Amino acid sequence: MTQHRRLMRWLLALGVLHGVVACAGFFAPYDPAEQDRERPYAPPARIHLMDEQGRFHLRPFCYAPKLAEDVSNSLRQETRTTLPVRFFVSGARYRLLGLVPCRLHLFGTSGARVYLLGSDGYGRDQFSRILYGGQISLLSGLLGASLTLFLGAVIGTAAGYYGGWRDELLMRAIDLFLALPWLYLLLALRAFLPLAASSLEAFLLVIVVLAIAGWARPARLVRGVVLSVKERDFVRAARGFGATHSYLLRRHILPETSSVLLTQAAILVPQFVLAEMTLSFLGLGVPEPVPSWGNLLANLQQYSVLVSYWWMYLPALAILPFFLGYLGLASVLQERMGGAYKIEGDAS
Amino acid sequence: MREARVSFLRNWSVWILLACHAVFLRPAAGIPRQANSPEELLTLPGEIGRPGGRLVISLRAEPKTLNPLTAADAPSREVIGAMQADLVHINRATQLTEPAVAQSWKVSPDGLQYTVTLRKGLRFSDGQPLDADDVLFTFRLFLDEAVHATQRDLLIVGGKPITVRKVDTWTVIFQFAKTYGAGERLFDGFAILPRHLLEKPYQEGKLGQFWTLSTLAKDWAGLGPFRLKEYVPGQRLVLERNPYYWKSDVKGNRLPYLDQLVFLFVPSADAQVLRFQSGETDVISRLGAENFSVLSRQQRGYTMTDAGPGLEYNFLFFNLNDLGEKASPEMTRKQKWFREVKFRQALSAAVDREAIVRLVYQGRGAALWGPVTPGDRRWINASLPRPARSLEKARSLLKDAGFYWTNGPNGDSALVDSDGKPVEFSILTSSSNADRTKMATLIQDDLKQLGLHVQVVPLEFRSLVDRVTQTKEYDACVLGLVASDADPNPDLNVWLSSGGSHLWNPAQGHPATAWEAEIDRLMEQQLTAPSYEQRKKLYDRVQQILAEEQPMIFLASPDILAGAKDTIGNFHPTVLESYVLWNVEQLYFRNGAQSTAR
Repeated sequence: MTQHRRLMRWLLALGVLHGVVACAGFFAPYDPAEQDRERPYAPPARIHLMDEQGRFHLRPFCYAPKLAEDVSNSLRQETRTTLPVRFFVSGARYRLLGLVPCRLHLFGTSGARVYLLGSDGYGRDQFSRILYGGQISLLSGLLGASLTLFLGAVIGTAAGYYGGWRDELLMRAIDLFLALPWLYLLLALRAFLPLAASSLEAFLLVIVVLAIAGWARPARLVRGVVLSVKERDFVRAARGFGATHSYLLRRHILPETSSVLLTQAAILVPQFVLAEMTLSFLGLGVPEPVPSWGNLLANLQQYSVLVSYWWMYLPALAILPFFLGYLGLASVLQERMGGAYKIEGDAS
Repeated sequence: MREARVSFLRNWSVWILLACHAVFLRPAAGIPRQANSPEELLTLPGEIGRPGGRLVISLRAEPKTLNPLTAADAPSREVIGAMQADLVHINRATQLTEPAVAQSWKVSPDGLQYTVTLRKGLRFSDGQPLDADDVLFTFRLFLDEAVHATQRDLLIVGGKPITVRKVDTWTVIFQFAKTYGAGERLFDGFAILPRHLLEKPYQEGKLGQFWTLSTLAKDWAGLGPFRLKEYVPGQRLVLERNPYYWKSDVKGNRLPYLDQLVFLFVPSADAQVLRFQSGETDVISRLGAENFSVLSRQQRGYTMTDAGPGLEYNFLFFNLNDLGEKASPEMTRKQKWFREVKFRQALSAAVDREAIVRLVYQGRGAALWGPVTPGDRRWINASLPRPARSLEKARSLLKDAGFYWTNGPNGDSALVDSDGKPVEFSILTSSSNADRTKMATLIQDDLKQLGLHVQVVPLEFRSLVDRVTQTKEYDACVLGLVASDADPNPDLNVWLSSGGSHLWNPAQGHPATAWEAEIDRLMEQQLTAPSYEQRKKLYDRVQQILAEEQPMIFLASPDILAGAKDTIGNFHPTVLESYVLWNVEQLYFRNGAQSTAR
């Protein structure tokens, strides 16, 4: 029971996190691609309740960032103009969950823009970009993981259940796939893509490539489970009563693999998110100006950004709660399985 | 006379490659002022330095050779620049020619004959004397096709090689087949070679393999301020003071002041910054604006210098090639927009150049409306209009050209052409050049406000060059070029419609448009025009046509940024390459023999 409650808790936490990212348009105050060319690399705004005279304000406010008049960016500070933070304001157009056209934002300021987590080199709001970037990264994680698991389940079941030369063939294919140098193949693949690949196409390509790269491990796990399940007494009995292959697979074998698959899913999603980040970091993922966690971090490739603007590291922090959630979920799931099947703790 | 240089540039992919890394080195040398001292030394004005010390500077890559005949890569030319000298030299600070190994020169009234008088009593770095035979020998090597000298094409003027004739031990006559505007500028960069060392390998046909990095110091000699001392593969190249160098300061001290000049091989720009910060190198150049401000902020014992805009100009251009049969219907449609001058003018009006300077170069650059940067003080057409960004003007130009706007799916307006097709195209940039990718991203946002949808496609540099010059499969592209000299002639190959670097439509048989034909005519005229004023007038007109027709939408030019330790005297970076080492013979350590412990 407590285990069930823990599971629910992790699921709830993950649900909330994903909900926030899915509704990025509402929580983000600005459009992620909108540039504010007067304020590149503005530091994060501090939210105040007390003003300089020590008066208390019920409505939180911040000070407007200074214009980038001074070239060096170094000593740029806030002006004394106060920007009261207003809630449920109308702002940039967006589509809620990608469907409902909407203009309502959780918060915003009138006049100058407020940068909760600072702005990047184009004066784009980091906070909005991290939220929108999560959509791309998490979606590619979830889609990639489901595609991988689907492929893995199908191939692993086929290999385990039918056995013989089919098993042999598929297992060798798995060995081959595990041995391929994926990063270099990806680099080569990107060069073949048409020039004007839109961001959606680039995104889909990333996912498909990730899934193709990842199916081998889950397939091997599923095969192991199927191999042991198909020799169990209840399966033999069902077969003895004349059950067809499809009936056996549907009713007896596949259900036994579900817990392995679920645990795998909880492990794979963060792995795929990481992989997307790696690709985008290297410039192989989603192109500008669409944000993803990977291309947000790509700014850090420059030494000058690395030593000058600490808030450019924040996208890396945003990932933490998500990964924590998924790992917590994975460990609870693993416990629930009662150690029936050992999970491969792989890190590829 | 620069036509020759231009034909060298006909190998244009090399040129762009070099340009992209903001290089195209010319060997460095001093500020020659004509002055006759009894020993025939050249006396340089400037701060009097203290002798001694060892200056360390980093180099992006190892030089490939120490042979001035075959050196083509930037690191080789930078190193050779500190070891060799030429007859006439372009002063990097004043951008004018001044006598160097030649003490003086005379031009015949028809402009075809240059009589050059050598400085007497000069010695190579191994102590052997120099005379007119060395000069004859040098130009024989550069002109010999079997030697494959990289600069050979520069000496072909008017289709014929320059002929060189000896008058006496100290006098040489150069004969040109055709008059040339600024003839003496040609001599800059031609290192005078020692006949006593090179004659034997030349006759044996082994010159190509001679003077590599593994050459022993005793087998090497030049007329530059430094000579070879030691080469450690993968680490450094050490040069030592040439005791026979032919320049002195006003007090009569023989230059150079430094005992040693060390080139460290440091491949990445960021690593160079770190080395400079930690004090391992004394001088840093070719800095990006971001790294420059990092260094300026943490200034500890060094001074950063902004020498102002250099000769690099960045621009956006469209595919205006005549693709003939192989053009897809989509490409034909796009080219119809690109060929419309009002379309190009509209896009130019919509580009926020000030934002590019501010965001890409952190304010350390200049916005451009023409190809000549403010760094090229003598040739810029100051009367070109510099309109501020105006979306209204862009919209009215587009409307005039038959474009109109419809409401897109998200309620934003989308630009469509007269056939109702949406205006969308992609811009190529080099993925290794963060600055230009950033420019393209800014342009993308600028054009979005006009309702144009633009994709930015960063490509690996070689495949980008291939698409632009060979397959011609691209819509638009952001590139940059660096002129090798503050003169119109190095850019001939870009502006002539027959030129290989005429990027929007290279190597045309006939000029495709009337304005390209006019530019061709003007550029040819300025080649032979005798005076600077006449050439300037012609080149001003070229700049004006380019600004009106906008085959390239000129964007911005970065400043030349450099830094040096506070203890280094006479450090004056210039906008002509090699930005910091051009007066290496005058650099010195204020506190004497400093930094010898490394």
